[in-house]
Amino acid sequence: MSDITLSLAQIVGEQYVSNKAEETYFYARDPGLMPAHKPDYVVVPKTVEEVQKIVRLANKERIPIVPMGAGMSLTGLVIPLKGGIVIDMKRMNKVLEVHEKARYVIVEGGTSHGLLKAYLEKNYPRLRHSVPDSPATSTIAANVMIHGQGRLTQQYGFNSDMVAGLEVVLPSGELCKIGSCSLSPEWFSKGAPLPDLSGLFLGWFGATGIITKVALKLYPRKKMRDVEIFVTDTEDLVPDMVYELTHTEMVEDINIFAQPLPVIFKDNHHITLFITGDTDEELEFKRKMIWDSLDGFIKSKDGGFMSLPPVMKPTLLEMPQQSVSRFADVRKGGGFEYSGPIIAVEKYPECSRKIMELASQYDLAYSAMARIIGRSHCMMFGFAFTFNRADPDMMERTRKALQKVAEFALAAGGVYWKPTVDEQRMAIERMDPNTRNLMKMIKTNLDPQGIMNPGNWEVH
Amino acid sequence: MKYQDIIHRCFRCGYCKFTSDYYDFNCPSYRKFGFETYAPGGRMWLIQAWLNGEIKNSERFQEILFSCATCANCVEHCVFTFSDDLVNIFIAAREEMVNKGIIPPPVRDYLKNINTSGNPYKEPANERGKWADSTSIPAYDGHEYLFYIGCVGSYDERAKKIARTVGNVLIKARVSLGILSDRETCDGNEVRSLGEIGLFQFLAEQNITLFKELRVRKIITLDPHAFNTFTQDYPILGGEFEIYHYTQVLAPLIQSKKLSLRDYPAKITFHDPCYLGRHNGEYEAPRKILESIPGVSLIEMDQTRENALCCGGGGGNFFTDILGGGEDSPNRIRVRQALDSGAQIIAVACPQCAKMLEDAVKAEEVGHKIEVLDVAEIVARALA
Repeated sequence: MSDITLSLAQIVGEQYVSNKAEETYFYARDPGLMPAHKPDYVVVPKTVEEVQKIVRLANKERIPIVPMGAGMSLTGLVIPLKGGIVIDMKRMNKVLEVHEKARYVIVEGGTSHGLLKAYLEKNYPRLRHSVPDSPATSTIAANVMIHGQGRLTQQYGFNSDMVAGLEVVLPSGELCKIGSCSLSPEWFSKGAPLPDLSGLFLGWFGATGIITKVALKLYPRKKMRDVEIFVTDTEDLVPDMVYELTHTEMVEDINIFAQPLPVIFKDNHHITLFITGDTDEELEFKRKMIWDSLDGFIKSKDGGFMSLPPVMKPTLLEMPQQSVSRFADVRKGGGFEYSGPIIAVEKYPECSRKIMELASQYDLAYSAMARIIGRSHCMMFGFAFTFNRADPDMMERTRKALQKVAEFALAAGGVYWKPTVDEQRMAIERMDPNTRNLMKMIKTNLDPQGIMNPGNWEVH
Repeated sequence: MKYQDIIHRCFRCGYCKFTSDYYDFNCPSYRKFGFETYAPGGRMWLIQAWLNGEIKNSERFQEILFSCATCANCVEHCVFTFSDDLVNIFIAAREEMVNKGIIPPPVRDYLKNINTSGNPYKEPANERGKWADSTSIPAYDGHEYLFYIGCVGSYDERAKKIARTVGNVLIKARVSLGILSDRETCDGNEVRSLGEIGLFQFLAEQNITLFKELRVRKIITLDPHAFNTFTQDYPILGGEFEIYHYTQVLAPLIQSKKLSLRDYPAKITFHDPCYLGRHNGEYEAPRKILESIPGVSLIEMDQTRENALCCGGGGGNFFTDILGGGEDSPNRIRVRQALDSGAQIIAVACPQCAKMLEDAVKAEEVGHKIEVLDVAEIVARALA
């Protein structure tokens, strides 16, 4: 056993350290298309103290560290580009406290969205959190770290906007509380009325610290939930439709999908509207408001509500939607990747045409999926392509299509979401120079040895 | 390798590790080891890497493959169309390893013992029926049912008690049955799950021939593992019999009052054996028995039926112990889940589960709070 392995074993126990070929193979890659790079060690800690000790050891030995949740970003954010230690956080998966009346929860840094959803449904049926459509094993800390979105994003913004406090292990190994919890026993705010230091960590992909606890805002969970789909074949009208819908303030979530199959979906844009209510009357009132808001489009024959087949409703109402993962096997090949720039809703028509153009150019199966963020403040437009892992040519064509999306997104005024290292480089190059310098200052001061997820958000 | 056209299709999304409500991770080996490599997605990706020559058949790889308890939680919860084949894929990979002769020593020893002795304990065949010596259970001689015991019930001290109790209860209910005693041999379920398909076929064909010679039509099994292979595998080899797990025979007898039961006040939770539940869809029969006992309060654990956590004994681990012990071992977690339910008794319907959970009760030092009993043992206590 090497000295480092021995030291790690002393911290987490021999069973939870590996430098074996099996773990270094698996943790070298994610399900997306980024090139693999092996870690030297993988550890699975159980406590905050263990994480601190690992970071201190890494600091002393100048070994890179990559904190990992479920590794589902698909863009290689937990691939250890410079080797070192991958810290799989998923044994730290406890729901620590729920403050029912203040509507927030504190969870450990490896807690999955699935576990929190189940926990709340069982113990606090009037509370919910913003569940993303990534697999249920995705962790809350990783999701806010990448500014993920979820079922409540149209109402309350990015999931990271719903953070109410953080506990972070700094690159030095020190433990730091962020938000109201830094001077109060209450974790109700990540910043205000103090300087908001959460921005030193959220969006940094672990390059500035490791989240060991997250407080997350919870929201009322209504007794009933339903879904409607408004369909149009005119992509140019989608931004106006979304504007009208968001004006009602009646919708839980707005997703738009467009895909070539089944053939009845071809060339249509499906604005999927989720509504909630405690009574039939509340649900009916919201439904009427929504229908009224789109009445003009119905009268002009530019769109209409689709009658949902019985099998489709439960699939849509699922949280998370398992069908998102199933997309990976459309070509019986177990792979999909998407680029999901955050972009103005007005750009929906351009994005929509672009994905069809690229799918045709590279002969790929596609799915366009947009999620409205805030009251139409922006959207995530997912350019998703499925590929067959056993077909290197198809994988290469998918890579090329995604490179084209990256170029298109920047040109269209979009900002990359959970960017690959190449996209990070492109973003940094295009960024305002003073912003770039500020990022460099932050990274250098927090992580002077450059051990935290190196390769990510590096400003040279 | 069989299923080679499927293995690359795993997206490693991780739904396979969960219960259906996502309340907890439910893959026994993932719970125990904590690395993604020990979860179904990890296995799929590593098998692919092994077939591609990117990793070797190392001790670690063997541990990863053979610590799978074949509990089928992944089959139940994987979201892809190939979910039904997941356990079969892991067994196929084991078969490849067995065929190349590079397997963990405990697996090798198990298979050798079965081959030479017809049982994993290296016990003489003529002692196979001794468990029944003090009972009135007859040798099979054209009875309505053959009562098939299996290796664990025939040789393991704790399991022999269960076998006697089940036999006695069925006799008391006037079920016409007989046993094979020293003519019985291993059913092969674990041999198959450990990947020794040639030996499995030999055992199965031997059993089928014997059953046919004796004109057996109906079989009651003590053990869900035998129940599984008799129902799932033997018909493919020409062994078509009516197969029942003993709870399936006992449930209607108790419900129709063929057995008179007195009050037995107890809070009981039922632990679903994987080879009765997830593999064969039988969740009701044991519960019907327990619910029919006056005074019994049947409490469900949060992780129950298709979401039940395996005891960790499946896939040969009962014999090989590759999954191993410790605080995170599935049998100890399962006992803690049972304690959380408020039950005083964990009811089981499988001798392997009984042993695994009793060991866990001892390791957790909670013997004063909870007891592990087979369903038939509870019935026996309630018999007037």
